[in-house]
Amino acid sequence: MRYMLLIYSKEQAGATREMLDEVYRGHRATMQEAGRKGILQGAEPLAPTSTATTVRVENGKAVVTDGPFAETKEQLAGYYILECQNLDEAIDWAGRIPTGCKGAEGCIEIRPLPGVPQRPELDSVAAARARNG
Amino acid sequence: MADIQAAAEELFRQESGRILATLIGISGSFDRAEEALQEAFAAALASWPESGVPEKGAAWIMTTAHRKLIDGVRRDNTRRDKQESLRYETERAASLTGPDEEESAMHFPDDRLRLIFTCCHPALNQEAQVALTLRTLGGLSTPEIARAFLLPEATLAQRIVRAKRKIQEAHIPYEVPPPERLRERLASVQAVIYLIFNEGYVATSGEALMRHDLSAEAIRLGRVLCELMPEEGENLGLVALMLLHDSRRHARVRDGALVTMDEQDRALWDQQAIAEGIRFLESALSLRAPGPYQLQAAIAAVHAQAKTPEDTDWVQIAALYARLLEWNPSRVVALNHAVAVALSAGLEQGLELIDELGRSGELDQYYLYHAARADILRRLVRPAEAAEAYRQALRLATNRIEQNFLERRLREVMPL
Repeated sequence: MRYMLLIYSKEQAGATREMLDEVYRGHRATMQEAGRKGILQGAEPLAPTSTATTVRVENGKAVVTDGPFAETKEQLAGYYILECQNLDEAIDWAGRIPTGCKGAEGCIEIRPLPGVPQRPELDSVAAARARNG
Repeated sequence: MADIQAAAEELFRQESGRILATLIGISGSFDRAEEALQEAFAAALASWPESGVPEKGAAWIMTTAHRKLIDGVRRDNTRRDKQESLRYETERAASLTGPDEEESAMHFPDDRLRLIFTCCHPALNQEAQVALTLRTLGGLSTPEIARAFLLPEATLAQRIVRAKRKIQEAHIPYEVPPPERLRERLASVQAVIYLIFNEGYVATSGEALMRHDLSAEAIRLGRVLCELMPEEGENLGLVALMLLHDSRRHARVRDGALVTMDEQDRALWDQQAIAEGIRFLESALSLRAPGPYQLQAAIAAVHAQAKTPEDTDWVQIAALYARLLEWNPSRVVALNHAVAVALSAGLEQGLELIDELGRSGELDQYYLYHAARADILRRLVRPAEAAEAYRQALRLATNRIEQNFLERRLREVMPL
């Protein structure tokens, strides 16, 4: 089962260089180990929420607003995608992922990735509709 | 006919947890397992009135349910394409559809330990853990659980559905945790069982102070846990604690009013439960791995062994609470310790400890803090202060029976 481990960090000014170096080293170690085990399918940081743009379609029109979709105490800061046996293994990995990258400690949310649903009957309808123009 | 039905129902109640655990282990699906078990039960009700109850009724149900389970998987396999969502369960079930399925049905391992760890997995919230444990291992029906927790049936059904879905979709493992995680996970299992017990022992609201069926069920689950993990002192300690508390249930309420321990008619204490509780405690202590349940059981045992309130060995109780504080440095334990000190070393000394605890303000909203303070002030014959403390306790108590008790005490210290 693939799991996405979402990193929520607290965006907070005043993080020291040493602290960020520590976070960096933590991520390097976790990624290297997950890579060695062959279960790392992706991991990347996100730019801060000050760079976020939210798009919401209203009455068929895309309405663009500045900022993340919701103001929260902790902000989405990055993710890992790992192939794990079960939730317990994912929980173990979550414990090894630093969360302080945006200034203060946060948490990891684990979400299974069930894959894109296979709906061939719908695909063929869409295909037929496309053919018939 | 009615006898057969009753016999089948009794058997179902006794054995369903074990059978269900095995079926879940085979199929990897709570829903499939429950469906198969229900079909087997229906089959028993249909055929037993004619054939009689088989000698090995449980094995009969297990074998029948196993066959229904395989039928169900085969049906689904031919009916549906292999969808992603089904792969997890069918992969596991496929390995068991061999020709010797029926012979092997008699030799399935006891999977109840795996089941209880899955039901009490920390990725499920505690309400869901409780509901799922009672539903699967306890063999209680959804309406029964809803009634016991004074909840609408739909709410409880929803809780169980959500929990089962999370187990399935997040792949919460069906296994006994490895050693490095075992202690932590076992604590969560013990907490669920103790919570069920307490829910039955003291209702948090409403008129029913005791809902004994839940307590009895918790004790049964605790016994199962001991049977499965006999070397765990805290499992034994937990059962000892529940038995010793439960031994006082007939004495705790008189004419709908709560009776404190020193006013209880000790002749009503269940001596058989006390003896068994003490036996469990002794087995626990012999394993030399102390813990909070054993310490609480030891405290309950000291109370249980006192012939009269005056006989109570408060010195020992104070010492046990002091040790419990090391495990669980909560203000509530500290409060109990202070009361024991008051009754052993001296009322003034105990009151000092209580007032010290109260200084942080954290206990202001805790009715037992005010009730304990009031009781010591009453014993010290300081009626005005005692009355004020009883009034504060009364404002915070939610249980009608506890309120009645506090009102009576208040009238005693403040004669008009």
